[in-house]
Amino acid sequence: MSGHNENTSVDKHEHVPSYGKNVMIWLALVALTALTVTVASVNLGNYTFFVAMLIASIKAMLVINIFMHIKYDDILMKSILIACGLVFAVIIIMYSFDLFNTYTG
Amino acid sequence: MSTTSVDAHGHSNNHAGHGYGDNNQLYVHFHRDDYGSKFGMWLFLFTEVLLFGGLFILYYGYRIAYPHDYHNAAMELNIVMGAVNTLVLLTSSLTMVLSIVALRRESIKTSLFYLVITFGFGATFCVNKYFEWSAKIHHGIFPGSMELKETRPAGEVVFFGLYYLMTGLHTFHVIVGMVIMVFCFIFIKTGTINPKKYIVLENAGLYWHLVDLIWIFLFPLFYLLH
Repeated sequence: MSGHNENTSVDKHEHVPSYGKNVMIWLALVALTALTVTVASVNLGNYTFFVAMLIASIKAMLVINIFMHIKYDDILMKSILIACGLVFAVIIIMYSFDLFNTYTG
Repeated sequence: MSTTSVDAHGHSNNHAGHGYGDNNQLYVHFHRDDYGSKFGMWLFLFTEVLLFGGLFILYYGYRIAYPHDYHNAAMELNIVMGAVNTLVLLTSSLTMVLSIVALRRESIKTSLFYLVITFGFGATFCVNKYFEWSAKIHHGIFPGSMELKETRPAGEVVFFGLYYLMTGLHTFHVIVGMVIMVFCFIFIKTGTINPKKYIVLENAGLYWHLVDLIWIFLFPLFYLLH
């Protein structure tokens, strides 16, 4: 365990991020923002919510992976993120059962 | 676990950590754990996600209950303002990263420059928010207002209540992030944060990106879904 961390830690610190890559990610984020604003003016019916959340999730993944550097971190750091995501997903899903039962059942 | 952290710190910052490097030979036994700092920061961000997560769940629940009221209320928010603020925060996230990159490449002045720019973007966000809220309050839309209580349906009251609560809590985080940046600026100036010891700036960056992340979801949920 400690040996593993040691190695990845060295890897992480040897990875000095570049200016260029971060600027590219920023351009992608701006483009996705333009896309989500454009899509909002198109009537997609029930899919509007999912499309907006999909685009937001892609943006979030870019920020987390590159800006927040998690892509270059070790498995322990990644597991925190996964645990956090899972807890939130479980709460949302379990709540949804109750919610849809109340308002559509 | 302690073995892990000692290893991580030892390898990640060999020179500064053990004091063989730049400034002071006295710090031979000075313990530094960058890995632990970062891990702790991520744990803190976890609690932040759950704090906002609870509010997102509240938003979601009422959205299912009052789809039409949400639709009508969202029409009243200014998309341009929201979009501008999104761009401001995304760009500030970039400049924050560039500040860290510059510091790690040992260009202190560039790092400080980007940090000041990031602070400026944070301030811009707050000013935009001020004008946005002022316009809404001017139209009588704020929690507990007569306009909301007497003329609007329950769903709109809930929507605007959540709008003020969530964007307010978010803007509070922006302000906290800006205060942290002031400290980082001072620490870089004094050399406490330096190219070999940049974890504080990195953690400040993580916090700032979280603020950006939350806005990435707030923007479509409040401004675009109508």
